[in-house]
Amino acid sequence: MNDHSRPFELSFGQLESAASDAGMNNNKVTSRKVSVFYGQKQALFDVDLDIPDRAVMALIGPSGCGKSTFLRCLNRMNDTIPECRVTGEIKVDGKDIHDPDLDVVELRGRVGMVFQKPNPFPKSIFENIAYGPRIHGLARTKSDLEEIVISSLEKAGLLSEVKDRIHEPGTALSGGQQQRLCIARAIAVNPELILMDEPCSALDPIATAKVEELIDELKENFCIVIVTHSMQQAARVSQRTAFFHLGVLVEEGVTVEMFTNPKDKRTQDYITGRFG
Amino acid sequence: MKEHTVKSYEEELALLDKKIAQMGGLAEQSLGRSLEALERRDPKLAEDVVQSDHAIDDLERELEEQVISMVARRQPMADDLRHIIGALRITTDLERIGDLAKNIAKRSLAIADEVHPKPLMTGIRHMVELALHQLKEVLDAYGERDAEKALSVWRNDAQIDAMYNSLFRELLTYMMEDPRNIGLSTHLLFGAKNIERVGDHTTNIAETVHYLVRGVNIADDRPKDDQTSSTLISGT
Repeated sequence: MNDHSRPFELSFGQLESAASDAGMNNNKVTSRKVSVFYGQKQALFDVDLDIPDRAVMALIGPSGCGKSTFLRCLNRMNDTIPECRVTGEIKVDGKDIHDPDLDVVELRGRVGMVFQKPNPFPKSIFENIAYGPRIHGLARTKSDLEEIVISSLEKAGLLSEVKDRIHEPGTALSGGQQQRLCIARAIAVNPELILMDEPCSALDPIATAKVEELIDELKENFCIVIVTHSMQQAARVSQRTAFFHLGVLVEEGVTVEMFTNPKDKRTQDYITGRFG
Repeated sequence: MKEHTVKSYEEELALLDKKIAQMGGLAEQSLGRSLEALERRDPKLAEDVVQSDHAIDDLERELEEQVISMVARRQPMADDLRHIIGALRITTDLERIGDLAKNIAKRSLAIADEVHPKPLMTGIRHMVELALHQLKEVLDAYGERDAEKALSVWRNDAQIDAMYNSLFRELLTYMMEDPRNIGLSTHLLFGAKNIERVGDHTTNIAETVHYLVRGVNIADDRPKDDQTSSTLISGT
Protein backbone atom coordinates (compact mmCIF):
# COMPACT_ATOMS: atom_id res chain seq x y z
CA MET A 1 0.00 0.00 0.00
CA ASN A 2 1.39 3.38 -0.90
CA ASP A 3 1.87 5.80 1.90
CA HIS A 4 -0.44 8.76 1.39
CA SER A 5 0.48 9.81 4.88
CA ARG A 6 -1.67 12.63 6.11
CA PRO A 7 -2.02 14.04 9.55
CA PHE A 8 -5.07 12.00 10.50
CA GLU A 9 -5.32 13.70 13.85
CA LEU A 10 -6.44 16.77 11.91
CA SER A 11 -9.95 16.76 10.54
CA PHE A 12 -10.50 18.04 7.01
CA GLY A 13 -12.21 21.08 8.49
CA GLN A 14 -9.10 21.87 10.49
CA LEU A 15 -6.93 21.46 7.43
CA GLU A 16 -9.23 23.81 5.57
CA SER A 17 -9.21 26.40 8.31
CA ALA A 18 -5.43 26.14 8.51
CA ALA A 19 -5.45 26.95 4.82
CA SER A 20 -7.74 29.92 5.34
CA ASP A 21 -5.59 31.13 8.20
CA ALA A 22 -2.75 31.41 5.73
CA GLY A 23 -4.29 34.71 4.72
CA MET A 24 -4.18 35.92 8.29
CA ASN A 25 -0.41 35.54 8.63
CA ASN A 26 1.88 38.49 8.30
CA ASN A 27 2.26 39.46 4.71
CA LYS A 28 5.70 38.83 3.31
CA VAL A 29 5.08 40.82 0.15
CA THR A 30 2.74 43.70 -0.50
CA SER A 31 2.26 45.20 -3.92
CA ARG A 32 0.35 48.37 -4.61
CA LYS A 33 -0.64 49.72 -8.00
CA VAL A 34 2.07 47.75 -9.75
CA SER A 35 2.05 48.32 -13.51
CA VAL A 36 4.56 47.01 -16.01
CA PHE A 37 5.23 48.40 -19.47
CA TYR A 38 7.23 46.79 -22.25
CA GLY A 39 7.96 49.86 -24.34
CA GLN A 40 4.56 51.31 -25.25
CA LYS A 41 2.69 48.16 -24.34
CA GLN A 42 1.28 47.85 -20.84
CA ALA A 43 1.48 44.27 -19.53
CA LEU A 44 0.22 44.74 -15.98
CA PHE A 45 -2.37 47.18 -14.67
CA ASP A 46 -2.35 48.46 -11.08
CA VAL A 47 -1.89 45.15 -9.28
CA ASP A 48 -2.62 45.24 -5.55
CA LEU A 49 -1.71 41.92 -3.97
CA ASP A 50 -0.67 40.81 -0.49
CA ILE A 51 1.31 37.58 -0.24
CA PRO A 52 1.29 35.87 3.16
CA ASP A 53 4.42 34.44 4.74
CA ARG A 54 4.88 30.70 5.26
CA ALA A 55 2.26 29.78 2.72
CA VAL A 56 1.99 29.10 -0.99
CA MET A 57 0.40 31.66 -3.28
CA ALA A 58 -0.51 30.39 -6.75
CA LEU A 59 -0.73 32.75 -9.70
CA ILE A 60 -2.94 31.42 -12.46
CA GLY A 61 -4.27 32.72 -15.74
CA PRO A 62 -4.00 32.19 -19.48
CA SER A 63 -0.76 32.77 -21.38
CA GLY A 64 0.11 36.43 -21.62
CA CYS A 65 -2.07 37.42 -18.66
CA GLY A 66 0.85 38.92 -16.77
CA LYS A 67 1.35 36.33 -14.03
CA SER A 68 5.01 35.65 -14.88
CA THR A 69 5.60 39.35 -15.40
CA PHE A 70 4.28 39.97 -11.90
CA LEU A 71 6.42 37.15 -10.50
CA ARG A 72 9.51 38.64 -12.10
CA CYS A 73 8.75 42.01 -10.48
CA LEU A 74 9.25 40.47 -7.06
CA ASN A 75 13.00 40.00 -7.48
CA ARG A 76 13.40 42.82 -9.99
CA MET A 77 14.20 40.41 -12.79
CA ASN A 78 12.38 42.77 -15.14
CA ASP A 79 15.24 45.23 -14.61
CA THR A 80 17.29 43.05 -16.93
CA ILE A 81 14.87 43.56 -19.81
CA PRO A 82 15.57 46.74 -21.79
CA GLU A 83 12.46 48.85 -22.45
CA CYS A 84 10.72 47.30 -19.44
CA ARG A 85 9.37 49.80 -16.92
CA VAL A 86 7.80 48.95 -13.56
CA THR A 87 5.72 51.47 -11.64
CA GLY A 88 3.96 51.21 -8.30
CA GLU A 89 5.23 49.91 -5.00
CA ILE A 90 6.43 46.46 -3.99
CA LYS A 91 7.53 45.80 -0.44
CA VAL A 92 9.21 42.69 0.88
CA ASP A 93 9.11 42.63 4.68
CA GLY A 94 7.89 46.20 4.59
CA LYS A 95 10.92 47.42 2.61
CA ASP A 96 10.47 48.97 -0.82
CA ILE A 97 12.42 46.86 -3.29
CA HIS A 98 12.74 49.82 -5.67
CA ASP A 99 14.51 51.90 -3.05
CA PRO A 100 17.63 53.29 -4.80
CA ASP A 101 19.70 52.35 -1.74
CA LEU A 102 18.68 48.73 -1.99
CA ASP A 103 21.29 46.30 -3.26
CA VAL A 104 19.65 44.21 -6.00
CA VAL A 105 22.15 41.39 -5.56
CA GLU A 106 21.25 41.24 -1.88
CA LEU A 107 17.54 41.26 -2.80
CA ARG A 108 18.00 38.35 -5.17
CA GLY A 109 19.84 36.54 -2.39
CA ARG A 110 16.69 36.82 -0.31
CA VAL A 111 14.42 35.85 -3.19
CA GLY A 112 15.16 32.45 -4.74
CA MET A 113 13.85 31.51 -8.12
CA VAL A 114 13.04 28.24 -9.86
CA PHE A 115 12.27 28.15 -13.56
CA GLN A 116 10.14 26.07 -15.90
CA LYS A 117 13.04 24.09 -17.30
CA PRO A 118 15.58 22.77 -14.84
CA ASN A 119 18.75 24.75 -15.44
CA PRO A 120 21.60 23.29 -13.39
CA PHE A 121 25.03 24.79 -13.97
CA PRO A 122 27.33 22.54 -16.01
CA LYS A 123 29.14 21.65 -12.82
CA SER A 124 28.93 18.97 -10.16
CA ILE A 125 25.90 18.57 -7.92
CA PHE A 126 28.00 19.90 -5.05
CA GLU A 127 29.18 22.96 -6.97
CA ASN A 128 25.67 23.74 -8.18
CA ILE A 129 24.59 24.25 -4.60
CA ALA A 130 27.84 25.62 -3.20
CA TYR A 131 27.98 28.44 -5.77
CA GLY A 132 25.34 30.69 -4.18
CA PRO A 133 26.49 30.44 -0.55
CA ARG A 134 30.06 31.00 -1.69
CA ILE A 135 29.41 34.22 -3.62
CA HIS A 136 27.07 35.51 -0.92
CA GLY A 137 29.75 34.75 1.70
CA LEU A 138 27.50 32.47 3.72
CA ALA A 139 30.18 29.88 4.52
CA ARG A 140 33.43 30.71 6.22
CA THR A 141 35.01 27.28 6.13
CA LYS A 142 34.94 24.34 3.81
CA SER A 143 33.01 22.29 6.33
CA ASP A 144 30.43 25.10 6.68
CA LEU A 145 29.93 24.94 2.95
CA GLU A 146 29.62 21.16 2.97
CA GLU A 147 27.04 21.42 5.70
CA ILE A 148 24.99 23.89 3.66
CA VAL A 149 25.17 21.65 0.58
CA ILE A 150 24.09 18.55 2.50
CA SER A 151 21.27 20.25 4.37
CA SER A 152 19.98 21.91 1.17
CA LEU A 153 19.96 18.55 -0.62
CA GLU A 154 18.17 17.06 2.35
CA LYS A 155 15.54 19.82 2.45
CA ALA A 156 14.99 19.36 -1.27
CA GLY A 157 14.42 15.63 -0.68
CA LEU A 158 17.30 14.76 -2.98
CA LEU A 159 20.06 13.71 -0.59
CA SER A 160 19.24 10.00 -0.41
CA GLU A 161 19.13 9.81 -4.21
CA VAL A 162 22.46 11.55 -4.90
CA LYS A 163 24.63 11.15 -1.81
CA ASP A 164 27.02 8.71 -3.54
CA ARG A 165 27.54 10.88 -6.61
CA ILE A 166 27.63 14.36 -5.23
CA HIS A 167 30.66 15.25 -7.33
CA GLU A 168 29.15 14.05 -10.58
CA PRO A 169 27.67 16.58 -13.01
CA GLY A 170 24.25 17.97 -12.08
CA THR A 171 23.23 17.65 -15.71
CA ALA A 172 23.49 13.84 -15.43
CA LEU A 173 20.45 13.72 -13.15
CA SER A 174 16.93 13.01 -14.38
CA GLY A 175 14.66 15.99 -15.16
CA GLY A 176 12.80 15.73 -11.87
CA GLN A 177 16.04 15.41 -9.91
CA GLN A 178 17.51 18.37 -11.79
CA GLN A 179 14.50 20.47 -10.82
CA ARG A 180 14.87 19.48 -7.18
CA LEU A 181 18.58 20.29 -7.50
CA CYS A 182 17.56 23.77 -8.68
CA ILE A 183 15.26 24.07 -5.69
CA ALA A 184 18.12 22.92 -3.41
CA ARG A 185 20.31 25.57 -5.07
CA ALA A 186 17.65 28.19 -4.46
CA ILE A 187 17.24 27.37 -0.78
CA ALA A 188 20.99 27.08 -0.14
CA VAL A 189 21.32 30.85 0.11
CA ASN A 190 18.63 30.82 2.77
CA PRO A 191 16.08 32.94 0.94
CA GLU A 192 12.87 34.16 2.53
CA LEU A 193 10.83 34.10 -0.60
CA ILE A 194 10.89 31.44 -3.32
CA LEU A 195 9.47 32.20 -6.75
CA MET A 196 8.60 29.28 -8.99
CA ASP A 197 7.70 29.80 -12.62
CA GLU A 198 5.89 26.65 -13.79
CA PRO A 199 8.35 24.42 -11.95
CA CYS A 200 6.66 21.16 -12.96
CA SER A 201 5.62 21.74 -16.54
CA ALA A 202 8.61 19.82 -17.88
CA LEU A 203 8.29 16.97 -15.37
CA ASP A 204 6.46 13.65 -15.37
CA PRO A 205 3.70 13.00 -12.79
CA ILE A 206 6.02 11.20 -10.36
CA ALA A 207 8.62 13.96 -10.39
CA THR A 208 5.77 16.48 -10.17
CA ALA A 209 4.40 14.77 -7.06
CA LYS A 210 7.86 14.91 -5.45
CA VAL A 211 8.21 18.61 -6.18
CA GLU A 212 4.70 19.25 -4.86
CA GLU A 213 5.49 17.33 -1.68
CA LEU A 214 8.63 19.45 -1.37
CA ILE A 215 6.62 22.67 -1.83
CA ASP A 216 4.30 21.47 0.92
CA GLU A 217 7.24 21.02 3.28
CA LEU A 218 9.03 24.21 2.28
CA LYS A 219 6.01 26.37 3.03
CA GLU A 220 6.60 25.73 6.74
CA ASN A 221 9.66 27.98 6.51
CA PHE A 222 9.36 29.98 3.32
CA CYS A 223 6.97 32.21 1.49
CA ILE A 224 6.38 30.58 -1.90
CA VAL A 225 4.86 32.11 -5.01
CA ILE A 226 4.18 29.68 -7.83
CA VAL A 227 3.04 30.37 -11.38
CA THR A 228 1.31 27.37 -12.87
CA HIS A 229 -0.81 26.50 -15.86
CA SER A 230 -2.21 23.49 -14.07
CA MET A 231 -5.30 24.49 -12.15
CA GLN A 232 -5.20 21.17 -10.36
CA GLN A 233 -1.67 21.89 -9.22
CA ALA A 234 -2.67 25.33 -7.96
CA ALA A 235 -5.58 23.70 -6.12
CA ARG A 236 -3.33 21.05 -4.60
CA VAL A 237 -0.33 23.07 -3.46
CA SER A 238 -1.50 26.57 -2.64
CA GLN A 239 -3.40 28.13 0.23
CA ARG A 240 -4.28 31.25 -1.72
CA THR A 241 -4.74 31.78 -5.44
CA ALA A 242 -4.65 34.88 -7.60
CA PHE A 243 -6.19 34.91 -11.07
CA PHE A 244 -4.77 37.24 -13.71
CA HIS A 245 -6.41 38.07 -17.01
CA LEU A 246 -5.21 40.53 -19.68
CA GLY A 247 -2.77 42.10 -17.24
CA VAL A 248 -5.37 42.65 -14.53
CA LEU A 249 -5.55 40.87 -11.18
CA VAL A 250 -9.15 39.73 -11.43
CA GLU A 251 -9.58 37.89 -8.17
CA GLU A 252 -7.54 36.68 -5.22
CA GLY A 253 -8.62 34.52 -2.33
CA VAL A 254 -8.46 31.30 -0.35
CA THR A 255 -7.71 28.52 -2.84
CA VAL A 256 -10.59 26.26 -1.80
CA GLU A 257 -13.03 29.13 -2.30
CA MET A 258 -11.52 30.08 -5.65
CA PHE A 259 -11.95 26.59 -7.04
CA THR A 260 -15.40 25.85 -5.64
CA ASN A 261 -17.07 29.24 -5.70
CA PRO A 262 -15.13 31.97 -7.51
CA LYS A 263 -16.65 35.42 -7.30
CA ASP A 264 -15.78 36.74 -10.74
CA LYS A 265 -17.28 35.34 -13.91
CA ARG A 266 -13.93 35.56 -15.72
CA THR A 267 -12.32 33.36 -13.05
CA GLN A 268 -15.20 30.91 -13.33
CA ASP A 269 -14.95 30.74 -17.12
CA TYR A 270 -11.20 30.21 -16.99
CA ILE A 271 -11.06 27.50 -14.33
CA THR A 272 -13.98 25.56 -15.77
CA GLY A 273 -12.61 25.59 -19.31
CA ARG A 274 -15.03 28.01 -20.92
CA PHE A 275 -12.48 29.98 -22.87
CA GLY A 276 -13.79 32.25 -25.50
CA MET B 1 -23.31 31.16 -19.71
CA LYS B 2 -20.44 30.51 -22.08
CA GLU B 3 -20.05 26.96 -23.34
CA HIS B 4 -17.08 24.77 -22.54
CA THR B 5 -14.37 24.68 -25.17
CA VAL B 6 -14.54 20.89 -24.94
CA LYS B 7 -17.97 20.08 -26.38
CA SER B 8 -18.21 16.56 -24.97
CA TYR B 9 -17.91 18.03 -21.45
CA GLU B 10 -20.91 20.23 -22.17
CA GLU B 11 -22.83 17.19 -23.44
CA GLU B 12 -21.99 15.16 -20.34
CA LEU B 13 -23.23 17.93 -18.07
CA ALA B 14 -26.45 18.14 -20.07
CA LEU B 15 -26.85 14.38 -19.78
CA LEU B 16 -26.68 14.65 -15.98
CA ASP B 17 -29.60 17.09 -16.04
CA LYS B 18 -31.54 14.86 -18.39
CA LYS B 19 -31.12 11.87 -16.07
CA ILE B 20 -32.11 13.89 -13.01
CA ALA B 21 -35.24 15.09 -14.84
CA GLN B 22 -36.05 11.51 -15.83
CA MET B 23 -35.55 10.21 -12.29
CA GLY B 24 -37.58 13.09 -10.88
CA GLY B 25 -40.43 12.33 -13.28
CA LEU B 26 -40.40 8.65 -12.32
CA ALA B 27 -40.30 9.44 -8.58
CA GLU B 28 -43.26 11.83 -8.95
CA GLN B 29 -45.17 9.22 -10.89
CA SER B 30 -44.48 6.49 -8.31
CA LEU B 31 -45.60 8.65 -5.42
CA GLY B 32 -48.80 9.71 -7.21
CA ARG B 33 -49.61 6.16 -8.23
CA SER B 34 -48.91 4.73 -4.78
CA LEU B 35 -51.56 7.11 -3.41
CA GLU B 36 -53.98 6.02 -6.11
CA ALA B 37 -53.31 2.37 -5.31
CA LEU B 38 -53.99 3.11 -1.64
CA GLU B 39 -57.19 5.03 -2.29
CA ARG B 40 -58.61 2.74 -4.93
CA ARG B 41 -57.36 -0.38 -3.14
CA ASP B 42 -55.91 -1.50 -6.40
CA PRO B 43 -53.39 -4.34 -5.84
CA LYS B 44 -52.39 -4.43 -9.50
CA LEU B 45 -51.48 -0.77 -9.55
CA ALA B 46 -49.61 -1.21 -6.25
CA GLU B 47 -47.68 -4.08 -7.79
CA ASP B 48 -46.85 -1.90 -10.80
CA VAL B 49 -45.42 0.80 -8.53
CA VAL B 50 -43.26 -1.77 -6.73
CA GLN B 51 -41.96 -3.14 -10.04
CA SER B 52 -41.29 0.25 -11.60
CA ASP B 53 -38.89 1.21 -8.81
CA HIS B 54 -36.15 -0.72 -10.65
CA ALA B 55 -36.08 1.94 -13.33
CA ILE B 56 -35.28 4.62 -10.73
CA ASP B 57 -32.59 2.43 -9.16
CA ASP B 58 -31.01 1.81 -12.56
CA LEU B 59 -30.91 5.51 -13.34
CA GLU B 60 -29.30 6.21 -9.99
CA ARG B 61 -26.57 3.68 -10.70
CA GLU B 62 -25.99 5.08 -14.18
CA LEU B 63 -25.77 8.62 -12.88
CA GLU B 64 -23.37 7.61 -10.10
CA GLU B 65 -21.10 5.91 -12.60
CA GLN B 66 -21.19 8.95 -14.84
CA VAL B 67 -20.29 11.26 -11.94
CA ILE B 68 -17.35 9.08 -10.88
CA SER B 69 -16.09 8.99 -14.44
CA MET B 70 -16.48 12.76 -14.87
CA VAL B 71 -14.63 13.53 -11.63
CA ALA B 72 -11.80 11.25 -12.73
CA ARG B 73 -11.56 12.52 -16.30
CA ARG B 74 -12.63 16.16 -16.13
CA GLN B 75 -11.44 17.25 -12.71
CA PRO B 76 -14.33 19.68 -12.49
CA MET B 77 -13.97 23.11 -10.92
CA ALA B 78 -16.24 25.85 -9.58
CA ASP B 79 -19.86 25.70 -10.84
CA ASP B 80 -19.13 22.49 -12.78
CA LEU B 81 -17.90 20.86 -9.58
CA ARG B 82 -21.01 22.00 -7.73
CA HIS B 83 -23.20 20.83 -10.60
CA ILE B 84 -21.66 17.34 -10.69
CA ILE B 85 -21.56 16.83 -6.92
CA GLY B 86 -25.07 18.31 -6.68
CA ALA B 87 -26.38 15.81 -9.23
CA LEU B 88 -24.80 12.97 -7.23
CA ARG B 89 -26.55 14.12 -4.06
CA ILE B 90 -29.90 14.73 -5.76
CA THR B 91 -29.90 11.31 -7.38
CA THR B 92 -29.58 9.70 -3.93
CA ASP B 93 -32.54 11.71 -2.61
CA LEU B 94 -34.65 10.84 -5.65
CA GLU B 95 -33.83 7.16 -5.29
CA ARG B 96 -34.96 7.31 -1.65
CA ILE B 97 -38.19 9.03 -2.67
CA GLY B 98 -38.77 6.16 -5.09
CA ASP B 99 -38.23 3.67 -2.25
CA LEU B 100 -40.65 5.50 0.01
CA ALA B 101 -43.32 5.48 -2.70
CA LYS B 102 -42.70 1.78 -3.19
CA ASN B 103 -43.17 1.24 0.54
CA ILE B 104 -46.53 3.06 0.47
CA ALA B 105 -47.60 0.82 -2.42
CA LYS B 106 -46.62 -2.29 -0.44
CA ARG B 107 -48.61 -1.08 2.56
CA SER B 108 -51.62 -0.48 0.34
CA LEU B 109 -51.46 -4.17 -0.56
CA ALA B 110 -51.46 -5.12 3.13
CA ILE B 111 -54.57 -3.10 3.95
CA ALA B 112 -56.46 -3.52 0.68
CA ASP B 113 -59.25 -5.46 2.40
CA GLU B 114 -59.75 -3.05 5.30
CA VAL B 115 -62.24 -0.22 5.47
CA HIS B 116 -60.40 3.07 4.98
CA PRO B 117 -61.80 5.85 7.16
CA LYS B 118 -62.46 8.83 4.90
CA PRO B 119 -61.08 11.72 7.04
CA LEU B 120 -57.76 9.91 7.44
CA MET B 121 -57.51 9.17 3.73
CA THR B 122 -58.25 12.81 2.96
CA GLY B 123 -55.39 13.80 5.27
CA ILE B 124 -53.02 11.44 3.48
CA ARG B 125 -54.18 12.69 0.09
CA HIS B 126 -53.45 16.27 1.09
CA MET B 127 -50.00 15.32 2.30
CA VAL B 128 -49.21 13.53 -0.96
CA GLU B 129 -50.52 16.45 -3.03
CA LEU B 130 -48.34 18.87 -1.14
CA ALA B 131 -45.31 16.55 -1.30
CA LEU B 132 -45.81 16.18 -5.07
CA HIS B 133 -46.13 19.92 -5.50
CA GLN B 134 -42.93 20.46 -3.52
CA LEU B 135 -41.11 17.80 -5.53
CA LYS B 136 -42.20 19.36 -8.81
CA GLU B 137 -41.14 22.79 -7.63
CA VAL B 138 -37.70 21.61 -6.53
CA LEU B 139 -37.11 19.80 -9.82
CA ASP B 140 -38.06 23.00 -11.63
CA ALA B 141 -35.70 24.93 -9.36
CA TYR B 142 -32.93 22.52 -10.36
CA GLY B 143 -33.73 22.77 -14.06
CA GLU B 144 -33.97 26.56 -13.95
CA ARG B 145 -31.07 26.97 -11.48
CA ASP B 146 -33.43 29.06 -9.35
CA ALA B 147 -32.09 29.42 -5.80
CA GLU B 148 -35.10 31.51 -4.70
CA LYS B 149 -37.51 28.79 -5.75
CA ALA B 150 -35.38 26.21 -3.91
CA LEU B 151 -35.46 28.38 -0.81
CA SER B 152 -39.24 28.62 -0.99
CA VAL B 153 -39.54 24.80 -1.27
CA TRP B 154 -37.22 24.53 1.71
CA ARG B 155 -39.44 26.81 3.78
CA ASN B 156 -42.70 25.12 2.73
CA ASP B 157 -41.66 21.76 4.15
CA ALA B 158 -43.00 22.99 7.50
CA GLN B 159 -46.49 22.57 6.07
CA ILE B 160 -45.96 18.86 5.40
CA ASP B 161 -44.56 18.45 8.89
CA ALA B 162 -47.63 20.18 10.34
CA MET B 163 -49.97 17.94 8.37
CA TYR B 164 -48.08 14.89 9.53
CA ASN B 165 -48.32 16.00 13.17
CA SER B 166 -52.03 16.42 12.90
CA LEU B 167 -52.51 13.08 11.12
CA PHE B 168 -50.36 11.39 13.74
CA ARG B 169 -52.67 12.62 16.47
CA GLU B 170 -55.77 11.58 14.59
CA LEU B 171 -54.40 8.09 14.01
CA LEU B 172 -53.46 7.68 17.68
CA THR B 173 -56.97 8.70 18.70
CA TYR B 174 -58.45 6.32 16.18
CA MET B 175 -56.34 3.46 17.57
CA MET B 176 -57.34 4.27 21.12
CA GLU B 177 -61.02 4.25 20.20
CA ASP B 178 -60.88 0.66 19.05
CA PRO B 179 -57.85 -1.67 19.17
CA ARG B 180 -59.13 -3.38 16.01
CA ASN B 181 -58.09 -0.21 14.16
CA ILE B 182 -54.47 -0.62 15.16
CA GLY B 183 -53.37 -2.73 12.15
CA LEU B 184 -54.80 -0.36 9.57
CA SER B 185 -53.77 2.74 11.50
CA THR B 186 -50.19 1.59 11.88
CA HIS B 187 -49.88 1.06 8.13
CA LEU B 188 -51.42 4.47 7.46
CA LEU B 189 -49.14 6.01 10.07
CA PHE B 190 -46.08 4.56 8.38
CA GLY B 191 -47.49 5.69 5.05
CA ALA B 192 -47.84 9.22 6.39
CA LYS B 193 -44.35 9.05 7.83
CA ASN B 194 -43.07 8.01 4.41
CA ILE B 195 -44.67 11.06 2.84
CA GLU B 196 -43.16 13.23 5.54
CA ARG B 197 -39.77 11.68 4.67
CA VAL B 198 -40.38 12.45 0.97
CA GLY B 199 -40.72 16.06 2.13
CA ASP B 200 -37.37 15.82 3.92
CA HIS B 201 -35.61 14.46 0.83
CA THR B 202 -37.22 17.22 -1.22
CA THR B 203 -35.82 19.69 1.29
CA ASN B 204 -32.38 18.10 0.89
CA ILE B 205 -32.67 18.61 -2.85
CA ALA B 206 -33.64 22.24 -2.26
CA GLU B 207 -30.50 22.70 -0.15
CA THR B 208 -28.39 21.11 -2.88
CA VAL B 209 -29.93 23.34 -5.56
CA HIS B 210 -29.27 26.39 -3.41
CA TYR B 211 -25.62 25.39 -2.97
CA LEU B 212 -25.31 24.52 -6.63
CA VAL B 213 -26.57 27.94 -7.74
CA ARG B 214 -25.07 30.22 -5.11
CA GLY B 215 -22.04 28.26 -3.90
CA VAL B 216 -23.06 28.65 -0.24
CA ASN B 217 -25.23 26.60 2.05
CA ILE B 218 -28.63 27.83 3.20
CA ALA B 219 -27.53 29.78 6.22
CA ASP B 220 -30.34 29.40 8.70
CA ASP B 221 -31.48 26.10 10.15
CA ARG B 222 -34.30 24.32 8.48
CA PRO B 223 -37.55 24.73 10.46
CA LYS B 224 -38.22 21.35 12.07
CA ASP B 225 -41.87 20.93 12.93
CA ASP B 226 -42.15 17.18 13.25
CA GLN B 227 -42.84 16.90 16.99
CA THR B 228 -44.21 13.37 16.89
CA SER B 229 -40.99 11.85 18.20
CA SER B 230 -41.75 13.56 21.52
CA THR B 231 -45.55 13.18 21.47
CA LEU B 232 -47.54 10.72 23.55
CA ILE B 233 -51.30 10.73 23.98
CA SER B 234 -52.19 9.32 27.33
CA GLY B 235 -54.97 6.73 27.42
CA THR B 236 -56.41 7.95 30.71
